[in-house]
Amino acid sequence: MAKITYITHDNKDHTIEVQNGLTVMEGAVQNDIPGIDADCGGGMACATCHVYVKEEWLDKLPSKEDGEEDMLDMAFEPKKNSRLSCQIVVSDDLDGLTVNIPSKQG
Amino acid sequence: MNKTDALIIGAGPTGLFTAHQLKLIGLNCEVVDNLDKIGGQCIELYPDKPIYDIPAVPECTGEELTNNLIKQLNPFDIKFHLNERVEEVKKENDNWLVKTSNGTSFSTPNVIIAGGVGSFEPRKFSPKDCEKFEDKSLFYSVKNKQIFKGKVVSIFGGGDSALDWAIELSKDCSVNLIHRRDEFRGAQASIDKVHNLAKEGKINLFTKYQMASAIGDQQLKSIDIKHDNNGVKNLKTDYVLGFFGLIMQLGPIANWGLNIDKKTIEVDTEKFETNQKGIYAVGDICNYPGKLKLILSGFHEGALAARACFKLARPNEKYRFEFTTTSTNLLKRLGKKSD
Repeated sequence: MAKITYITHDNKDHTIEVQNGLTVMEGAVQNDIPGIDADCGGGMACATCHVYVKEEWLDKLPSKEDGEEDMLDMAFEPKKNSRLSCQIVVSDDLDGLTVNIPSKQG
Repeated sequence: MNKTDALIIGAGPTGLFTAHQLKLIGLNCEVVDNLDKIGGQCIELYPDKPIYDIPAVPECTGEELTNNLIKQLNPFDIKFHLNERVEEVKKENDNWLVKTSNGTSFSTPNVIIAGGVGSFEPRKFSPKDCEKFEDKSLFYSVKNKQIFKGKVVSIFGGGDSALDWAIELSKDCSVNLIHRRDEFRGAQASIDKVHNLAKEGKINLFTKYQMASAIGDQQLKSIDIKHDNNGVKNLKTDYVLGFFGLIMQLGPIANWGLNIDKKTIEVDTEKFETNQKGIYAVGDICNYPGKLKLILSGFHEGALAARACFKLARPNEKYRFEFTTTSTNLLKRLGKKSD
Protein backbone atom coordinates (compact mmCIF):
# COMPACT_ATOMS: atom_id res chain seq x y z
CA MET A 1 0.00 0.00 0.00
CA ALA A 2 1.15 3.53 -0.70
CA LYS A 3 -0.56 6.85 -0.22
CA ILE A 4 -0.45 8.65 -3.58
CA THR A 5 -1.44 12.29 -3.90
CA TYR A 6 -2.86 13.43 -7.20
CA ILE A 7 -3.11 17.17 -7.66
CA THR A 8 -5.61 18.03 -10.36
CA HIS A 9 -5.25 21.08 -12.58
CA ASP A 10 -7.66 23.09 -10.41
CA ASN A 11 -5.15 22.58 -7.55
CA LYS A 12 -7.29 20.09 -5.61
CA ASP A 13 -5.45 17.35 -3.72
CA HIS A 14 -6.72 13.79 -3.89
CA THR A 15 -4.84 11.41 -1.61
CA ILE A 16 -5.63 7.77 -2.23
CA GLU A 17 -4.30 4.52 -0.79
CA VAL A 18 -3.24 2.49 -3.80
CA GLN A 19 -2.57 -1.24 -3.59
CA ASN A 20 0.91 -2.48 -4.38
CA GLY A 21 1.18 -3.81 -7.91
CA LEU A 22 -1.34 -1.42 -9.40
CA THR A 23 -0.03 1.46 -11.46
CA VAL A 24 -0.37 5.13 -10.55
CA MET A 25 -2.69 5.37 -13.58
CA GLU A 26 -4.94 2.56 -12.30
CA GLY A 27 -5.07 4.18 -8.86
CA ALA A 28 -6.44 7.33 -10.47
CA VAL A 29 -8.88 5.66 -12.85
CA GLN A 30 -10.33 3.31 -10.20
CA ASN A 31 -10.89 6.22 -7.86
CA ASP A 32 -12.46 8.52 -10.44
CA ILE A 33 -9.73 11.13 -10.27
CA PRO A 34 -10.32 13.44 -13.22
CA GLY A 35 -7.69 14.28 -15.82
CA ILE A 36 -6.12 10.89 -16.47
CA ASP A 37 -7.77 9.47 -19.57
CA ALA A 38 -5.65 6.35 -20.14
CA ASP A 39 -7.31 5.75 -23.51
CA CYS A 40 -5.19 2.72 -24.40
CA GLY A 41 -5.66 1.09 -21.00
CA GLY A 42 -2.02 0.99 -19.94
CA GLY A 43 -0.37 -0.19 -23.15
CA MET A 44 2.04 2.75 -23.38
CA ALA A 45 0.46 3.55 -26.70
CA CYS A 46 -1.45 6.79 -26.21
CA ALA A 47 0.24 9.21 -23.75
CA THR A 48 -3.07 10.20 -22.14
CA CYS A 49 -2.08 9.24 -18.58
CA HIS A 50 0.66 11.86 -18.51
CA VAL A 51 1.58 13.31 -15.09
CA TYR A 52 4.24 15.61 -13.65
CA VAL A 53 6.13 13.95 -10.81
CA LYS A 54 7.13 16.12 -7.87
CA GLU A 55 10.86 16.83 -8.24
CA GLU A 56 12.03 15.02 -5.11
CA TRP A 57 10.41 11.82 -6.34
CA LEU A 58 11.95 11.81 -9.81
CA ASP A 59 15.04 9.80 -8.85
CA LYS A 60 13.16 7.43 -6.58
CA LEU A 61 10.92 6.11 -9.31
CA PRO A 62 11.88 3.13 -11.45
CA SER A 63 13.52 4.59 -14.57
CA LYS A 64 11.76 4.95 -17.89
CA GLU A 65 11.59 1.91 -20.11
CA ASP A 66 12.22 2.07 -23.84
CA GLY A 67 9.33 3.76 -25.48
CA GLU A 68 8.07 5.88 -22.60
CA GLU A 69 10.13 8.91 -23.63
CA ASP A 70 8.98 8.38 -27.22
CA MET A 71 5.36 8.47 -26.12
CA LEU A 72 6.02 11.55 -24.00
CA ASP A 73 6.98 13.37 -27.23
CA MET A 74 3.26 13.28 -28.00
CA ALA A 75 2.01 14.25 -24.56
CA PHE A 76 0.43 17.63 -23.91
CA GLU A 77 3.09 20.07 -22.63
CA PRO A 78 5.77 17.57 -21.60
CA LYS A 79 8.37 18.76 -19.09
CA LYS A 80 11.52 17.32 -17.54
CA ASN A 81 9.46 15.71 -14.75
CA SER A 82 6.91 14.16 -17.09
CA ARG A 83 6.05 10.48 -16.74
CA LEU A 84 3.35 8.16 -18.02
CA SER A 85 1.45 7.09 -14.92
CA CYS A 86 0.70 3.67 -16.44
CA GLN A 87 4.41 2.90 -16.22
CA ILE A 88 4.78 3.64 -12.49
CA VAL A 89 4.01 0.51 -10.47
CA VAL A 90 3.03 1.20 -6.87
CA SER A 91 5.02 -0.33 -4.00
CA ASP A 92 5.56 0.56 -0.32
CA ASP A 93 8.54 2.64 -1.41
CA LEU A 94 6.26 5.05 -3.22
CA ASP A 95 4.31 5.99 -0.08
CA GLY A 96 3.84 9.76 -0.23
CA LEU A 97 4.35 10.11 -4.00
CA THR A 98 2.81 13.29 -5.36
CA VAL A 99 1.93 13.83 -9.01
CA ASN A 100 0.39 16.79 -10.80
CA ILE A 101 -2.14 16.14 -13.54
CA PRO A 102 -1.80 18.40 -16.61
CA SER A 103 -4.65 20.69 -17.66
CA LYS A 104 -5.49 18.27 -20.43
CA GLN A 105 -4.23 15.10 -22.03
CA GLY A 106 -4.30 16.20 -25.64
CA MET B 1 -28.31 9.50 -50.12
CA ASN B 2 -26.99 6.01 -49.40
CA LYS B 3 -29.60 3.55 -48.20
CA THR B 4 -28.28 0.62 -46.23
CA ASP B 5 -29.54 -1.95 -43.73
CA ALA B 6 -26.89 -0.97 -41.19
CA LEU B 7 -24.20 1.66 -40.91
CA ILE B 8 -21.11 0.83 -38.90
CA ILE B 9 -19.11 3.68 -37.37
CA GLY B 10 -15.54 2.53 -36.89
CA ALA B 11 -13.38 0.16 -38.96
CA GLY B 12 -11.45 -1.40 -36.07
CA PRO B 13 -11.55 -5.14 -35.37
CA THR B 14 -15.02 -4.97 -33.80
CA GLY B 15 -16.49 -2.96 -36.67
CA LEU B 16 -14.96 -5.33 -39.23
CA PHE B 17 -16.30 -8.48 -37.62
CA THR B 18 -19.69 -6.86 -37.11
CA ALA B 19 -19.74 -6.18 -40.87
CA HIS B 20 -18.94 -9.85 -41.43
CA GLN B 21 -21.83 -10.93 -39.24
CA LEU B 22 -24.29 -8.55 -40.94
CA LYS B 23 -23.35 -9.75 -44.44
CA LEU B 24 -23.44 -13.37 -43.34
CA ILE B 25 -27.06 -13.09 -42.20
CA GLY B 26 -27.99 -11.39 -45.47
CA LEU B 27 -28.00 -7.71 -44.55
CA ASN B 28 -26.00 -5.07 -46.37
CA CYS B 29 -23.88 -2.54 -44.57
CA GLU B 30 -21.42 0.30 -45.06
CA VAL B 31 -18.57 1.39 -42.81
CA VAL B 32 -17.34 4.92 -41.97
CA ASP B 33 -14.01 5.69 -40.30
CA ASN B 34 -12.17 8.91 -39.62
CA LEU B 35 -8.75 7.33 -40.20
CA ASP B 36 -7.31 7.00 -43.70
CA LYS B 37 -6.95 3.25 -43.28
CA ILE B 38 -8.83 0.22 -41.97
CA GLY B 39 -7.92 -1.24 -38.58
CA GLY B 40 -8.64 1.33 -35.86
CA GLN B 41 -6.46 1.22 -32.75
CA CYS B 42 -4.85 -2.05 -33.94
CA ILE B 43 -3.35 -0.32 -36.94
CA GLU B 44 -2.84 3.15 -35.49
CA LEU B 45 -1.56 2.41 -31.99
CA TYR B 46 0.01 -1.04 -32.09
CA PRO B 47 0.49 -2.39 -35.63
CA ASP B 48 3.69 -4.22 -34.57
CA LYS B 49 2.79 -5.20 -31.02
CA PRO B 50 1.89 -8.85 -30.56
CA ILE B 51 -1.57 -9.75 -29.20
CA TYR B 52 -1.90 -13.07 -27.37
CA ASP B 53 -5.57 -13.30 -26.40
CA ILE B 54 -7.50 -13.70 -29.63
CA PRO B 55 -9.22 -17.12 -29.44
CA ALA B 56 -7.52 -19.71 -31.67
CA VAL B 57 -4.83 -17.21 -32.70
CA PRO B 58 -1.90 -17.84 -30.33
CA GLU B 59 -0.02 -14.74 -31.43
CA CYS B 60 -0.53 -11.99 -33.96
CA THR B 61 0.25 -8.31 -34.35
CA GLY B 62 -2.33 -5.55 -34.68
CA GLU B 63 -1.58 -5.38 -38.38
CA GLU B 64 -1.88 -9.14 -38.90
CA LEU B 65 -5.18 -9.24 -37.04
CA THR B 66 -6.51 -6.41 -39.22
CA ASN B 67 -5.34 -8.09 -42.42
CA ASN B 68 -7.01 -11.35 -41.40
CA LEU B 69 -10.27 -9.60 -40.60
CA ILE B 70 -10.17 -7.86 -43.99
CA LYS B 71 -9.49 -11.21 -45.66
CA GLN B 72 -12.50 -12.66 -43.86
CA LEU B 73 -14.62 -9.95 -45.54
CA ASN B 74 -13.37 -10.87 -49.04
CA PRO B 75 -16.51 -12.78 -50.04
CA PHE B 76 -18.63 -9.73 -49.32
CA ASP B 77 -19.16 -6.43 -51.03
CA ILE B 78 -18.82 -3.73 -48.38
CA LYS B 79 -18.34 -0.04 -49.00
CA PHE B 80 -15.83 1.70 -46.74
CA HIS B 81 -15.89 5.48 -46.32
CA LEU B 82 -12.46 6.35 -44.94
CA ASN B 83 -11.22 9.81 -43.92
CA GLU B 84 -14.77 10.69 -42.96
CA ARG B 85 -16.10 11.40 -39.52
CA VAL B 86 -19.76 10.95 -38.70
CA GLU B 87 -20.97 14.35 -37.57
CA GLU B 88 -24.71 13.96 -37.22
CA VAL B 89 -27.20 11.21 -36.44
CA LYS B 90 -30.84 12.32 -36.64
CA LYS B 91 -34.15 10.48 -36.55
CA GLU B 92 -36.15 10.76 -39.77
CA ASN B 93 -39.41 8.81 -39.78
CA ASP B 94 -38.41 5.22 -38.97
CA ASN B 95 -34.83 5.61 -40.10
CA TRP B 96 -31.68 7.31 -38.90
CA LEU B 97 -30.27 10.02 -41.10
CA VAL B 98 -26.48 10.07 -40.80
CA LYS B 99 -24.15 12.76 -42.17
CA THR B 100 -20.37 12.74 -42.39
CA SER B 101 -17.73 15.45 -42.47
CA ASN B 102 -17.42 15.01 -46.25
CA GLY B 103 -21.13 15.50 -46.76
CA THR B 104 -21.93 11.83 -47.41
CA SER B 105 -25.35 10.96 -46.06
CA PHE B 106 -26.99 7.67 -45.19
CA SER B 107 -30.51 6.58 -44.40
CA THR B 108 -30.60 3.43 -42.33
CA PRO B 109 -32.72 1.71 -39.68
CA ASN B 110 -29.57 0.62 -37.82
CA VAL B 111 -26.47 2.50 -36.69
CA ILE B 112 -23.78 0.46 -34.99
CA ILE B 113 -21.17 2.49 -33.12
CA ALA B 114 -17.91 0.54 -33.00
CA GLY B 115 -15.91 3.63 -32.26
CA GLY B 116 -13.30 2.45 -29.75
CA VAL B 117 -12.44 5.45 -27.63
CA GLY B 118 -13.64 7.89 -30.27
CA SER B 119 -12.17 9.12 -33.50
CA PHE B 120 -8.48 9.76 -34.03
CA GLU B 121 -7.63 13.44 -34.30
CA PRO B 122 -4.21 15.08 -34.57
CA ARG B 123 -2.67 16.30 -31.33
CA LYS B 124 -2.31 20.03 -31.41
CA PHE B 125 0.06 22.70 -30.14
CA SER B 126 -0.78 23.80 -26.64
CA PRO B 127 -0.34 27.61 -26.92
CA LYS B 128 -3.76 29.13 -27.58
CA ASP B 129 -2.45 31.61 -30.18
CA CYS B 130 -1.68 28.71 -32.56
CA GLU B 131 -5.38 28.11 -33.19
CA LYS B 132 -6.05 31.14 -35.36
CA PHE B 133 -3.40 30.06 -37.88
CA GLU B 134 -4.71 26.52 -38.14
CA ASP B 135 -5.36 25.34 -41.71
CA LYS B 136 -3.98 28.66 -43.02
CA SER B 137 -0.29 28.60 -42.17
CA LEU B 138 -0.21 25.98 -39.42
CA PHE B 139 -0.99 22.37 -40.27
CA TYR B 140 -1.01 18.94 -38.67
CA SER B 141 -0.71 17.08 -41.98
CA VAL B 142 0.53 17.97 -45.44
CA LYS B 143 -2.09 18.04 -48.17
CA ASN B 144 -0.21 20.04 -50.79
CA LYS B 145 3.53 20.41 -50.42
CA GLN B 146 3.75 22.88 -53.34
CA ILE B 147 2.61 25.76 -51.11
CA PHE B 148 5.84 25.51 -49.10
CA LYS B 149 8.16 26.02 -52.06
CA GLY B 150 10.75 28.72 -51.35
CA LYS B 151 9.24 29.45 -47.93
CA VAL B 152 10.42 29.05 -44.35
CA VAL B 153 8.78 26.02 -42.77
CA SER B 154 9.12 25.19 -39.06
CA ILE B 155 8.48 21.53 -38.33
CA PHE B 156 7.79 20.26 -34.81
CA GLY B 157 8.05 16.64 -33.67
CA GLY B 158 10.51 13.80 -33.22
CA GLY B 159 8.98 10.87 -35.10
CA ASP B 160 9.02 9.68 -38.68
CA SER B 161 6.49 12.20 -39.97
CA ALA B 162 8.54 15.14 -38.70
CA LEU B 163 11.82 13.64 -39.95
CA ASP B 164 10.49 12.62 -43.36
CA TRP B 165 8.94 16.03 -44.05
CA ALA B 166 12.04 17.84 -42.84
CA ILE B 167 14.12 15.83 -45.32
CA GLU B 168 11.64 16.23 -48.16
CA LEU B 169 11.00 19.95 -47.70
CA SER B 170 14.70 20.77 -47.21
CA LYS B 171 15.06 20.27 -50.99
CA ASP B 172 13.33 23.52 -51.85
CA CYS B 173 12.40 25.26 -48.59
CA SER B 174 14.22 26.67 -45.62
CA VAL B 175 13.46 24.14 -42.87
CA ASN B 176 13.57 24.53 -39.09
CA LEU B 177 13.17 21.24 -37.22
CA ILE B 178 12.22 21.68 -33.58
CA HIS B 179 11.99 18.86 -31.05
CA ARG B 180 11.65 18.68 -27.27
CA ARG B 181 14.77 16.53 -26.73
CA ASP B 182 17.99 15.50 -28.47
CA GLU B 183 16.86 11.98 -29.35
CA PHE B 184 14.53 11.30 -32.26
CA ARG B 185 12.34 8.23 -32.40
CA GLY B 186 12.12 7.65 -36.16
CA ALA B 187 13.90 5.25 -38.50
CA GLN B 188 17.67 5.38 -37.94
CA ALA B 189 18.35 6.15 -41.60
CA SER B 190 16.10 9.22 -41.44
CA ILE B 191 17.67 10.38 -38.18
CA ASP B 192 21.16 10.12 -39.74
CA LYS B 193 20.00 11.97 -42.83
CA VAL B 194 18.52 14.81 -40.78
CA HIS B 195 21.77 15.16 -38.82
CA ASN B 196 23.75 15.25 -42.06
CA LEU B 197 21.46 17.85 -43.57
CA ALA B 198 21.81 19.88 -40.38
CA LYS B 199 25.60 19.71 -40.70
CA GLU B 200 25.37 20.89 -44.30
CA GLY B 201 23.19 23.77 -43.15
CA LYS B 202 20.14 22.53 -45.07
CA ILE B 203 18.07 21.98 -41.93
CA ASN B 204 18.21 24.24 -38.87
CA LEU B 205 17.93 21.89 -35.94
CA PHE B 206 16.59 23.11 -32.57
CA THR B 207 16.43 20.46 -29.89
CA LYS B 208 15.17 20.80 -26.32
CA TYR B 209 12.84 23.47 -27.64
CA GLN B 210 9.03 23.56 -27.67
CA MET B 211 6.48 25.91 -29.21
CA ALA B 212 5.82 28.89 -26.96
CA SER B 213 3.86 31.26 -29.14
CA ALA B 214 2.75 31.93 -32.72
CA ILE B 215 3.00 35.58 -33.71
CA GLY B 216 1.20 37.57 -36.40
CA ASP B 217 -2.11 39.33 -37.04
CA GLN B 218 -3.79 37.75 -40.05
CA GLN B 219 -0.61 36.27 -41.46
CA LEU B 220 1.81 34.19 -39.39
CA LYS B 221 5.07 36.12 -39.06
CA SER B 222 7.20 34.26 -36.57
CA ILE B 223 7.16 31.83 -33.68
CA ASP B 224 8.70 31.88 -30.25
CA ILE B 225 10.28 28.61 -29.16
CA LYS B 226 11.30 27.95 -25.60
CA HIS B 227 14.34 25.97 -24.46
CA ASP B 228 14.33 23.55 -21.50
CA ASN B 229 16.36 26.17 -19.63
CA ASN B 230 13.58 28.72 -20.34
CA GLY B 231 15.55 30.70 -22.97
CA VAL B 232 13.26 31.91 -25.77
CA LYS B 233 14.22 32.17 -29.44
CA ASN B 234 12.22 33.92 -32.12
CA LEU B 235 12.12 32.30 -35.56
CA LYS B 236 10.76 34.05 -38.66
CA THR B 237 8.57 31.51 -40.40
CA ASP B 238 5.94 31.31 -43.12
CA TYR B 239 4.50 27.94 -42.19
CA VAL B 240 4.37 25.63 -39.19
CA LEU B 241 3.86 21.88 -39.24
CA GLY B 242 3.15 19.91 -36.04
CA PHE B 243 3.53 16.11 -35.91
CA PHE B 244 2.60 14.88 -32.45
CA GLY B 245 0.65 11.78 -33.42
CA LEU B 246 -3.04 11.22 -32.94
CA ILE B 247 -5.35 11.27 -29.96
CA MET B 248 -8.79 9.74 -29.60
CA GLN B 249 -11.68 12.15 -29.10
CA LEU B 250 -15.27 11.13 -28.51
CA GLY B 251 -16.28 14.07 -30.69
CA PRO B 252 -19.80 14.41 -32.08
CA ILE B 253 -20.97 11.08 -30.58
CA ALA B 254 -21.62 13.03 -27.38
CA ASN B 255 -24.40 14.97 -29.14
CA TRP B 256 -26.58 12.09 -30.31
CA GLY B 257 -28.74 11.77 -27.21
CA LEU B 258 -27.07 8.62 -25.93
CA ASN B 259 -26.46 7.69 -22.30
CA ILE B 260 -22.73 8.35 -21.99
CA ASP B 261 -20.62 7.80 -18.90
CA LYS B 262 -16.85 8.30 -18.90
CA LYS B 263 -16.59 8.23 -22.69
CA THR B 264 -18.53 4.94 -22.91
CA ILE B 265 -22.08 4.29 -24.06
CA GLU B 266 -24.54 2.28 -21.96
CA VAL B 267 -26.08 -0.71 -23.74
CA ASP B 268 -28.20 -3.75 -22.93
CA THR B 269 -26.55 -7.14 -23.23
CA GLU B 270 -29.18 -8.75 -25.44
CA LYS B 271 -28.94 -6.50 -28.49
CA PHE B 272 -26.19 -4.11 -27.45
CA GLU B 273 -28.71 -1.41 -28.14
CA THR B 274 -28.32 2.06 -26.60
CA ASN B 275 -31.15 4.11 -25.10
CA GLN B 276 -32.05 5.00 -28.73
CA LYS B 277 -33.87 2.31 -30.71
CA GLY B 278 -31.80 1.22 -33.68
CA ILE B 279 -28.52 2.64 -32.38
CA TYR B 280 -26.14 0.04 -31.01
CA ALA B 281 -22.70 0.29 -29.45
CA VAL B 282 -20.12 -2.52 -29.53
CA GLY B 283 -16.46 -2.95 -28.64
CA ASP B 284 -14.46 -0.67 -26.35
CA ILE B 285 -16.97 2.15 -26.56
CA CYS B 286 -19.89 0.23 -25.00
CA ASN B 287 -20.45 -0.31 -21.32
CA TYR B 288 -22.56 -2.79 -19.33
CA PRO B 289 -22.07 -4.66 -16.04
CA GLY B 290 -19.03 -6.90 -16.42
CA LYS B 291 -17.77 -5.27 -19.63
CA LEU B 292 -14.26 -6.36 -20.62
CA LYS B 293 -12.35 -4.18 -23.06
CA LEU B 294 -11.04 -7.10 -25.07
CA ILE B 295 -11.20 -7.62 -28.82
CA LEU B 296 -12.90 -10.97 -28.28
CA SER B 297 -15.74 -9.26 -26.38
CA GLY B 298 -16.20 -6.88 -29.30
CA PHE B 299 -16.65 -9.85 -31.67
CA HIS B 300 -19.42 -11.29 -29.47
CA GLU B 301 -21.12 -7.92 -29.06
CA GLY B 302 -21.05 -7.31 -32.83
CA ALA B 303 -22.53 -10.73 -33.58
CA LEU B 304 -25.50 -10.05 -31.29
CA ALA B 305 -26.01 -6.46 -32.49
CA ALA B 306 -26.06 -7.74 -36.09
CA ARG B 307 -28.95 -10.12 -35.26
CA ALA B 308 -30.81 -7.24 -33.60
CA CYS B 309 -30.39 -5.20 -36.81
CA PHE B 310 -32.18 -7.92 -38.78
CA LYS B 311 -35.49 -7.19 -37.05
CA LEU B 312 -35.47 -3.50 -38.01
CA ALA B 313 -34.04 -4.01 -41.52
CA ARG B 314 -36.34 -6.92 -42.45
CA PRO B 315 -39.46 -6.41 -40.32
CA ASN B 316 -41.49 -8.89 -42.37
CA GLU B 317 -38.97 -11.73 -42.32
CA LYS B 318 -38.00 -14.05 -39.55
CA TYR B 319 -34.37 -14.44 -38.68
CA ARG B 320 -33.29 -18.07 -38.61
CA PHE B 321 -30.13 -19.12 -36.83
CA GLU B 322 -27.80 -21.17 -39.06
CA PHE B 323 -24.26 -22.57 -38.97
CA THR B 324 -21.66 -21.83 -41.64
CA THR B 325 -20.68 -25.51 -41.61
CA THR B 326 -24.04 -26.69 -42.89
CA SER B 327 -26.27 -23.88 -44.17
CA THR B 328 -26.57 -23.67 -47.95
CA ASN B 329 -27.72 -20.06 -47.58
CA LEU B 330 -24.67 -19.01 -45.65
CA LEU B 331 -22.30 -20.98 -47.88
CA LYS B 332 -23.74 -19.20 -50.92
CA ARG B 333 -23.17 -15.84 -49.31
CA LEU B 334 -19.63 -16.87 -48.53
CA GLY B 335 -19.10 -17.80 -52.18
CA LYS B 336 -18.52 -21.44 -51.31
CA LYS B 337 -21.61 -22.72 -53.14
CA SER B 338 -23.15 -21.44 -56.36
CA ASP B 339 -26.87 -21.08 -57.02
